[in-house]
Amino acid sequence: MTAAASSVGIPLPPRPGRLLRMGRTVRYYVPAIAVFIGVIVLWELAVRGVGMQAFILPAPSAIGAALVENWGAGRWPLFEAARVTLFEAVGGLLIGTTVGLIVAFGIARWATTRDAVLPFAIAANAIPIIAIAPIFNAWFGITNPLSKMMIAALLVFFPIMINVTRGLTQVEPSALELMRSYAASDWEVLRKLRLPNALPYFLTALKVATTLSLIGAIVGEYFGGASNVIGRVVVQSASALRFDVTWAAILLGAITGIAFYLAIVALERVLIPWHSTVRGEHPG
Amino acid sequence: MTESSQPTPVVRVSGVDKQFTVGHGITTALDGIDLEIGRGEFVSLIGPSGCGKSTLLRLIGDLTAPTAGSVEVNGKPAHAARLGREYGMVFQAPVLFEWRSVSDNVKLPLELLGMDRSERDAHAREMLALVELSDFASHHPYQLSGGMQQRVAIARALAIQPSILLMDEPFGALDEMTRERMNTEVLRIWQQTGTTIVFVTHSIPEAVFLSTRVAVMSARPGRITHVVDVALPQPRNEATREDPRYFRHVTEVREALRSDGALGAEPALVSEERMAAEGGIG
Repeated sequence: MTAAASSVGIPLPPRPGRLLRMGRTVRYYVPAIAVFIGVIVLWELAVRGVGMQAFILPAPSAIGAALVENWGAGRWPLFEAARVTLFEAVGGLLIGTTVGLIVAFGIARWATTRDAVLPFAIAANAIPIIAIAPIFNAWFGITNPLSKMMIAALLVFFPIMINVTRGLTQVEPSALELMRSYAASDWEVLRKLRLPNALPYFLTALKVATTLSLIGAIVGEYFGGASNVIGRVVVQSASALRFDVTWAAILLGAITGIAFYLAIVALERVLIPWHSTVRGEHPG
Repeated sequence: MTESSQPTPVVRVSGVDKQFTVGHGITTALDGIDLEIGRGEFVSLIGPSGCGKSTLLRLIGDLTAPTAGSVEVNGKPAHAARLGREYGMVFQAPVLFEWRSVSDNVKLPLELLGMDRSERDAHAREMLALVELSDFASHHPYQLSGGMQQRVAIARALAIQPSILLMDEPFGALDEMTRERMNTEVLRIWQQTGTTIVFVTHSIPEAVFLSTRVAVMSARPGRITHVVDVALPQPRNEATREDPRYFRHVTEVREALRSDGALGAEPALVSEERMAAEGGIG
């Protein structure tokens, strides 16, 4: 909104050719890929060279084998576990986001809502999630996925609520004056100024929330419930000393989290291509 | 051009005081302001920082209310004029909505006016042609330079064909060369549209080059100490900046500003000048 961009006012540099862009994209990711492969190789060599016991650290090859072996069958079908855990996380994200949005709109609109709700929201955020998880399991049914969703929702609620409130209220004063000079109604100010202004804040919070919702779901699973979930697989395989499976489950949990996160990044590119965090952040 | 012969001036500010509460004290931002602006005039408000020139502009635009006195626009209270959408505002920052394209930014006030889509499109096209940005209609603000962004802001302000355009140091953030180009541009637009313009600046050359009248203000409390009639021929262009009369007016405004600084706001001078100003308008 401020005088950003080039000072010369050249429309836009011509888009480079497709091949060139692909080349740039590849070059952008090369260092990360190199580090990743390097670490895996070193890990494998270290485990084999030292003859490390599998319960301390299994070799990457063993973890890979465990992942393939347990993908769809065996005692711990990992794909199904990841699917159920993701379902709980997404459910929690939806509940937490919905409540967070409702409270944020209330707070942004009415000061009394803020005074009445904010202390409790801050208190809810201060509760150690590990402490509340067994209670939520008892409240919502230990085998009911809703209990895990509610734990995830509690984690998701706060960042959504705080960020969206900020996005709705931290509008440029001169933009408000502009709307005022056109005698715009409160509704028009909300729709044409506050909502678009809050969208980047919301998406930023949503990115954080994806990771939090998975953490919430898995923490909830630790305290019992259906066995075909990432959290239970981690607990059970570790107690059976099958650390290759434990690591495979952790790996799959991480991959799920990254995929979830990237989905929101993709959503950002569609919804706010004009925003400084989106344009020109990545190549291609 | 300079004096209004219309029965109703576009702007009539009478006996306006404006005070702000700062902490436990009260600051007088404006004291006894009287100003009339006729249709088609280009009036600049100039003065040192803190003289209340922006406050006066915001009073005219009903973005703030006077403590005493009255502000009328087109014979109505300023508040009614704002609700009647008679204003175009241009701020120092362009205040473009970054999520809207250039053309959609220009359409914003038209949407608020409830104009239908095809009419909005036609108006926005016309306005972008006026500020010579037709080729950038589908760009986003971040793709434009500061000067271009400010031209979009001007196009947006003019889109609803306001009877008065209020400009608050619109070129203050631009470099000198862009600023001079924008000055020429504003004059062209003013001539093309016939809109009444009130322009806040602290650049003496800018005020003289643009205005039909320059209201010189003093600080603490903010008062209009002199009103300088700028009798430069229209249309003005780059040659105007080399006209001896231009330099004379620049000197006149500078001395008006300085005399205020040296003498303080000497009451006799103030009232004399104000009477002269009123006589000139009436």
